[in-house]
Amino acid sequence: MRYSPAAGIGRMISGIMGMGRKYGIEWWILVMGALIILAIVFMAIFADSLAPFHPLNQNAGPQLAPPGGNHLLGTDNLQRDVWSRIIHGSRTILRVAVLAAIISSVLGIPLGLISGFAGGFFDRLISLIMDSLYSFPGLILAIAFAAMLGPGVINITFAVSVIYIPTYFRLVRGQTLSIKEELYVEAARAIGASGPTILWRYIFPNVIATTVVVFSLNVADAIMIEAALTYLGLGLPPTIVDWGMDLSMGKRFLPSGQWWLITFPGAMISILALGFTMLGEGLAEILNPRLLER
Amino acid sequence: MRENVEDFLNITDLKKHFPLQKGFIDNLLSKEKSFVRAVDGVSFSIKKGEVLGLVGESGCGKTTTGRLILRLLEPTSGEIFYRGQSIFSHSKHEMERMREKMQIIFQDPYASLSPRMSIGKAIGHPLSIHHNSSRNEQRRMVLEIMEKVGLYPAEFFYKKYPHQLSGGQRQRAVIARALVSNPDFVVADEPIAMADVSVRAMLLELMVQLKEEFDLTYLYITHDLATCKYICDQVAIMYLGKIVEIGPLNDVFTNPVHPYTATLMEAVPVPDPKYRRIQPIPKGEIPSAINPPSGCRFHPRCHAAKPMCSEHEPDLIEVSQGHRVACFS
Amino acid sequence: MATILDIQHLTVHFPINIGTVQAVQDVSLSLRQGEVMGLVGESGCGKSTLGFSINRLLRPPGRIVQGKILYHDKDIVTMSERELLSIRGRKIAMIFQDPLTSLNPLFRIDQQFMETLFTHEKGISKKAAFKRAEMMLESLGISRERLMEYPHQMSGGMRQRIMIGMGLILNPDLLIADEPTTSLDVIVEAQFLDLLNELRKQFDLTIILITHNLGNVAQLADRITVMYGGTVMELGEANEIFENPLHPYTKGLLSSIPNIKLDQPKLKTMPGSPPDLVDPPPGCVFHPRCPFVKDICREQKPTPFTRDGHLVNCWLYG
Repeated sequence: MRYSPAAGIGRMISGIMGMGRKYGIEWWILVMGALIILAIVFMAIFADSLAPFHPLNQNAGPQLAPPGGNHLLGTDNLQRDVWSRIIHGSRTILRVAVLAAIISSVLGIPLGLISGFAGGFFDRLISLIMDSLYSFPGLILAIAFAAMLGPGVINITFAVSVIYIPTYFRLVRGQTLSIKEELYVEAARAIGASGPTILWRYIFPNVIATTVVVFSLNVADAIMIEAALTYLGLGLPPTIVDWGMDLSMGKRFLPSGQWWLITFPGAMISILALGFTMLGEGLAEILNPRLLER
Repeated sequence: MRENVEDFLNITDLKKHFPLQKGFIDNLLSKEKSFVRAVDGVSFSIKKGEVLGLVGESGCGKTTTGRLILRLLEPTSGEIFYRGQSIFSHSKHEMERMREKMQIIFQDPYASLSPRMSIGKAIGHPLSIHHNSSRNEQRRMVLEIMEKVGLYPAEFFYKKYPHQLSGGQRQRAVIARALVSNPDFVVADEPIAMADVSVRAMLLELMVQLKEEFDLTYLYITHDLATCKYICDQVAIMYLGKIVEIGPLNDVFTNPVHPYTATLMEAVPVPDPKYRRIQPIPKGEIPSAINPPSGCRFHPRCHAAKPMCSEHEPDLIEVSQGHRVACFS
Repeated sequence: MATILDIQHLTVHFPINIGTVQAVQDVSLSLRQGEVMGLVGESGCGKSTLGFSINRLLRPPGRIVQGKILYHDKDIVTMSERELLSIRGRKIAMIFQDPLTSLNPLFRIDQQFMETLFTHEKGISKKAAFKRAEMMLESLGISRERLMEYPHQMSGGMRQRIMIGMGLILNPDLLIADEPTTSLDVIVEAQFLDLLNELRKQFDLTIILITHNLGNVAQLADRITVMYGGTVMELGEANEIFENPLHPYTKGLLSSIPNIKLDQPKLKTMPGSPPDLVDPPPGCVFHPRCPFVKDICREQKPTPFTRDGHLVNCWLYG
């Protein structure tokens, strides 16, 4: 075993510092975002071991106990430990938001590629559908779908994912349209490459950079939408631990001074969304000059 | 028209007219369509192993001609014979085989390589399309061609991306890509125009070398008459979609018959301060290809123009062995 | 002959994210009144950067790090904005490579000329300004009706001529032409160069012609400066440079360009490629490609050697 983990970590850290010097503040924003996400992912993975109590345990402690003592973040009106609920809630939100983003991209990107490349009637039709979807305010659309599909984690995921398909579609289609005219695509045709080959090996790789950025921002947005949906009561049964739901339930207790019920779920939602946003923005800043710096 | 069996490539009366996009209202008001007559009746033939230089200024149709030959564009009319057989008589499958044997080198080495594809993959792509050979075999062929074009050590350059290479190196990669599938015929569209001045000679030299080694036939498209001397056997001068003069290089250069050819030669900047131009430069600029002048297209700018020139279009007539000119004077 | 412009030890850097591009390194040259100085070199040699620096038209992050540019004994580098504005356009004019983007597409030609006049010559009447524009067009060999046209209605060559007109309308002393014919066809290029020659006599101009085309400078230039990798390789009378080039780079360049009038059997090739300006080679910047390289070339930058007004920066001399 030639490499020790310590040396590996050391090299990684110096690599990160090197990138920081090279790219300036955008890199640090990206790193911050990544760290936040990693922390929360860690939380989600090891939720069972990290949480002091079971999140659904309605006998964890006194009712509406303020933060302190046994309960780091207090308890809610059903005597459940807030901190444990926060930890477990991370699973739900990550699952929904990330899965929704994945579904959106898997559907939106190929559609954009094919539509942009093929053109003609197909393109016009799909663009029309996408533009109509896109013109709806995201939240309203999500509410409509969630209401149609009914409660459940899968359903909520779908509802959230639909909103973003047009975003990927438009982005990818636009890029495909311009890349289609580039000389290297013509060169590919000249060497005899078929349409699908050109799409996959020449156009798609040049589109990927921006889609990765959009993905990150997509997740950030999905987090907010998911929280909003569950806040409005549309979506999840009470057996699922969710920050949005806790936010909704907690607001009742604010006037009576029990601030910890909404503050912590609210803060977590914001932090996670911030993490993804920072990751996305940092990536965008870094990739962009790279793309220009021929 | 019986084509000479010796001819490797034979083009007859090739035309390409691009329809002009008109605005909505214009379309309603007039049914008349206008066309850009990019290529308007071009004919020539190239023998195996020869290099034909297609020379002209911008808008003369030389680039379009190159693309038509490779069927990257469909012609409006005319015939193209490759090795005696019309390329339009081919099925799709046969067309693919064609692509293997007829390749193109583009002008802009950066834009013609995908920025996200490594050089090795880019060069090897024609092989993966046309050959059934194994991955290893293909890689070997790519490395071999890379060394031949001077991308040495090939292993080192294989993994690089276009932006990591210099302009000259990129153009070498483009040349490698064109040659990896062992073509017979290569269209070179201004291959050195975008390279640095000190690198151009090297690229020209390379192209000549490779021609000998691989027994290639070239169509060398350029606006720079001076470079023709080092690579071309025959040269054809184009103006506004038509060939005005064609013949063996030495003949045309020592005895340019067409007034346009003569002025083109005079206009080329000579890197010799003691040289002063003898012939006058024609006034005016190249007219639009949508509404070319009547009769001989050069007549409004020609100092030897006769009344006949504005009425009839001259055909190519033979002035001496192999040397043809389209001019009434 | 009076010296109109004196550039002393000019250094221009471009700090970008991967390092600092040393675009121009310690360049000195002086310009005599009424001459045409050809500034030749390949892309990236620093000639355009030098041209832009003279009028302080450098785009950030480009900065003049060191040096003086003396115009009639006033240093342009340290001049105040106000003083600079009175020189730029008025005394030192510049024309660029692409006339399409240099002319405002929304204004007619006459308006563009007149606007320039109004800005710099306060109090000039509309009538007088229009007359000046008309006269300029005549000098350019363009018919007067075209004053009423828009740039997009004109051909490339004509636009390029309008650009010269815009540059000359205020009667400057010095004209900097940055690759003015690169985007033009051969015949139009020849027309343009003839015009430039004419105008130079008519307006008593001093011209800096920046180009990579040695044919152009052979026709027009009195003296030539050859640049490579941000430094001056050789400087001298045009005839001298062509007939008796001293620097190995100049020699290599001259023998590698095709000459349509000459019977050259083969072109001599130059190995290698232009240097990376972020990390230039130590010592003489040309040494990696030089067939006559010596040990000292790898370590120290050559000191300039001048003989009869012919300057060369090479360890083979002096």
